[in-house]
Amino acid sequence: MRGKTILKKTVSTIITLLVVSFLVFLSFSVIPGDPAVSQLGTNATPERVEALREEMGLNRPFFLRFGEWLLSFAGGDMGISYSYKIPVKEMILDKLPITFTMTVMAFILVVIISVPVGIYAAKHQGGRTDRAVITINQVFMAVPPFFAGILITVLFGVVLKLFTPGGYVSYTKNFWGFVGYLFFPALAIALPKAAMTVKLLRSSLLEQAELDYTRTAYSRGNTTRDVLYRHVLQNAMIPVITFLGMALADIFTGSIIIEQVFNIPGLGRILLTSISNRDYPVVMAIIVCLAFAVIVINLLVDVIYRFADPRIRNED
Amino acid sequence: MKIKREPMKRISKNSNFIAGAVLTGLILLFIIIGCIHTPYDPEAMDGAGRFAGISWRHPMGCDNFGRDILSRVMTGAGTTLGVAFATVAIGAFFGVIWGAFAGYYGGLLDEIFMRAADAMLAFPSILLALMIIGLFGPGKYNVILALGIAFVPSFARIVRSEFIRCKNMDYVRSARLMGAGNLRIMFVHILPNAFPVILSSVLIGFNNAVLAEAGMNYLGIGVMPPDASLGRMLSEAQTYIFSAPGYAIFPGIVLILMILGFSLLGEGVRDN
Amino acid sequence: MKRKGMKLLLSIVVLTTLTIALSACSGDKQGEDSSQITIGIPQDMEDSLDPNKAVAAGTKEVYFNMFEGLLKPDSDGNLNPAVASDYKISDDRLTYTFTLRDGIRFHDGTTVTVEDIKFSIDKCADASNGDPLVPAFSNVESVNIVDESTVEIVLKSADADFLANLATVDAAITPASNNDPDQTAIGTGPYKFVSRSPQENFILEKFDDYWGEPAKIEQVILKVCANTDSIVMDLNGGSVDMFARVTPAQAGQLNGQFEVLEGTMNLVQAMYLNNAAAPFDDVRVRQALCYAVDKEEILLMVSDGKGTQIGSSMFPAFGKYYMPELNDVYKKDIEKAKELLADAGYPDGFSFTVKVPSNYTQHVDTAQVLAEQLKAINVDAQIELIEWDSWLSDVYADRNYEATVVGVDAASLTASALLMRFTSTAGNNFINFNSPAYDTAFANAQAALEEADQTEYYKECERVLTEEAANVYIQDIAELVALNKKYAGYEFYPLYVQDFSKLYIVEE
Repeated sequence: MRGKTILKKTVSTIITLLVVSFLVFLSFSVIPGDPAVSQLGTNATPERVEALREEMGLNRPFFLRFGEWLLSFAGGDMGISYSYKIPVKEMILDKLPITFTMTVMAFILVVIISVPVGIYAAKHQGGRTDRAVITINQVFMAVPPFFAGILITVLFGVVLKLFTPGGYVSYTKNFWGFVGYLFFPALAIALPKAAMTVKLLRSSLLEQAELDYTRTAYSRGNTTRDVLYRHVLQNAMIPVITFLGMALADIFTGSIIIEQVFNIPGLGRILLTSISNRDYPVVMAIIVCLAFAVIVINLLVDVIYRFADPRIRNED
Repeated sequence: MKIKREPMKRISKNSNFIAGAVLTGLILLFIIIGCIHTPYDPEAMDGAGRFAGISWRHPMGCDNFGRDILSRVMTGAGTTLGVAFATVAIGAFFGVIWGAFAGYYGGLLDEIFMRAADAMLAFPSILLALMIIGLFGPGKYNVILALGIAFVPSFARIVRSEFIRCKNMDYVRSARLMGAGNLRIMFVHILPNAFPVILSSVLIGFNNAVLAEAGMNYLGIGVMPPDASLGRMLSEAQTYIFSAPGYAIFPGIVLILMILGFSLLGEGVRDN
Repeated sequence: MKRKGMKLLLSIVVLTTLTIALSACSGDKQGEDSSQITIGIPQDMEDSLDPNKAVAAGTKEVYFNMFEGLLKPDSDGNLNPAVASDYKISDDRLTYTFTLRDGIRFHDGTTVTVEDIKFSIDKCADASNGDPLVPAFSNVESVNIVDESTVEIVLKSADADFLANLATVDAAITPASNNDPDQTAIGTGPYKFVSRSPQENFILEKFDDYWGEPAKIEQVILKVCANTDSIVMDLNGGSVDMFARVTPAQAGQLNGQFEVLEGTMNLVQAMYLNNAAAPFDDVRVRQALCYAVDKEEILLMVSDGKGTQIGSSMFPAFGKYYMPELNDVYKKDIEKAKELLADAGYPDGFSFTVKVPSNYTQHVDTAQVLAEQLKAINVDAQIELIEWDSWLSDVYADRNYEATVVGVDAASLTASALLMRFTSTAGNNFINFNSPAYDTAFANAQAALEEADQTEYYKECERVLTEEAANVYIQDIAELVALNKKYAGYEFYPLYVQDFSKLYIVEE
């Protein structure tokens, strides 16, 4: 990418983040619930709520508060959690590794399951294995993630006793125990995504196999292996990479439910409880970080895409 | 060992279509019967029948209030299907318009539309749902609205790339030469060509909507009790997974069959 | 071609097995050299570490182990000296003189001084923010240091409940030297704070210099189990040793390692009605609802018949104030209910919305059974699940609702903790109850000097609530505690607290 493109992308990223943070800020003035009331709980009386609102600065104009938040956020200060009274930055740095590890594990699982299975199914297209793969795929795609989570807990946790349900250990205490526990939620996230990838890869491979250049390659006397790995796979991967990129972003932002099922104290759980506690410094920070991650992933996909597909590269 | 299309493929395509059509038909029949008649009142409680097992009188057993699970699955499947259809309809309608304009006109409009789509994709749908519930109050229709809005950007992205692909094709150029207006080109000439792609994303979207409805209920926002929906039943059943496994299994199976039927059908339609 | 595929497949298999093997090892708990117990809590303590500021009942019941007031309740409901070793009440009941316990220390090792006591009570009574932190302390005139082991609290008017209010976590004694009480917890209780990780855990450790009987278990890990639906799996799988509030359905699924102890939650579960909103501003409508409801069926449906039926805002743990005869004032009588509705101008019934906090399964279940029962008198109760924080702001603070199903607990061991809120001027009278007879009875109770008179006036209050059908009273919910048989010593309190210091490990 040239300098101008990079500049353009940076500007549009910043604008997107601004829009996102504005929308979140706005949503807190729309949804019912009041941070001051949330903090006072059943001890709330009108006088106390008013006093606390004043103390928290909630009575000031909307745009003033948004502007202040924006300035301090840009300066690296994410504020202090309303409910925990802990600096938000500390909380996020503590929880990010959990969600990040789970996302990466799920993503690796998607790739190592789907790529070989997809290639195998395409090669043996129409065969018994292929049909078995297609059928299993369809079923996996149809299982809701939280239901898959429950089934996995019952099967691997209760029946096979491969892990202790709810036995999450912190990465600071026992890293391998942490990774071991995250394997199963990652599996619950990965299975439906892997199934979709297999399907996409298989049909993409078959499509490429019908194109002229593949026939030419065969007629030149190349072996199947050469054709597959040198020509077909490279082209067939283009749509798959796009899909994987979207899947990665999806896994990262969509871990809320799986974290709930497996009792994992990750970013998604913090986000969910902070929304219901009206703890908006935390919500703002997490959403802006997630949005940033999504945009960066999309950018990376864009770059890889350009790299993989010469047609697009030349257009630029 | 060569990779090439074999005659087998045709048959499997048709079998996809047939299997999908049969499954979907059965589920729809099940739901339609549920609208007209259920074996029991799906909300009627029976203290003596709590956690009743599978029997002739209750083919799927009873839940923690002694309500007949079969009757609840019948009405619940209808609710879930309705929510999913409405969600996809909203998402696809606005997504197509959004994506068509962004893709066709390109330039600054495209940039603005796509940044907005990015922002929406990064915005958690739970928060969006809460926002809409805060504005309009809780309930089924607001969940539909929330999910529908959350689905718009992903449709928009797909439609946009189709429009970019198509807008310089020969048939578009010739239509333009013949004096067709932009709107006519977009929605009469390009849209039908983008239809297969839109159809497949509608079907994926439909599956996502069913899953999202279930997820919303799992988090406690969605259909209000005592109304049944498959997602609500699944999440309620989790507590009783050992004492009454049927409570989770039957709604789960119907949910899976529903999604399965539609995706098979979708593939069949697209391939033929 | 085939070989390559096989290789890939093989590596996947190896990798998967490896990961699973690793996780299998980690499933076991790490070395248990020192004694510890893992206790599941249904939601994290999203609260300040300052006991005077904490609000959630789930937080306070844990802080009971870390912080103490001048006095402290025991499991029989007696108030025992804690930070104070002794106290005297003047004849005019206005001056309370406390003697500081000799040598008592804070968790940070410093000795508790009379200055700390004055600081803490003043902090709780500080009304500069509109209302004092502990509402009952608005009655405190002054806190005077007499000598280095004696403190005197002077009240504006006699208050029979004052001692009970001193014995709550809200009125805990904390060091004046703590600059950051929101993030540093220093108290005098049998357990001290070690660390917290949001949504993960909250760790306590035995305080070795505790003045009283020391705790038996070295470390208490409070583990957040946000997914209460999976609590059975967590308990059976061994990741949690104790869970204080399992439902009867969950208790039935536990394996043989667990003992289930039964007590009551000490709260008043009812369908609270907004007495100011039509049609509930008509006493006949409220009574009709009471007649239409079958409490026994609710208990059966929601909790296998466990729990105690109640008929007014009082539960059995309060002994002398509790009036079991009020339970039967409204025996299920559909005909009578219909008559009352017809009299009130609703012969064909009506429809209303009942808002229920979605995180409380038992309240949601109760609401479902209620809605079903009310169909018999053509009353259509639409359930609306809302988040707890929306409940706090909409229902509790703004009183913008028709009916709601929740449980109300008592902050201290006094009848007024439950009854004060129904006086017409109370800030927390979220049902807008307004009865001159009630206000008079309550005022008389507050002013009464003899205990017997006071009890009689409080009973009068309860009777008014029942007769006016202020709310559709249901039950004091059964509290089922699942405890791994490796542990014992759990004690139920008449308040909403958990005492970890009595727990011990059973020798094998």
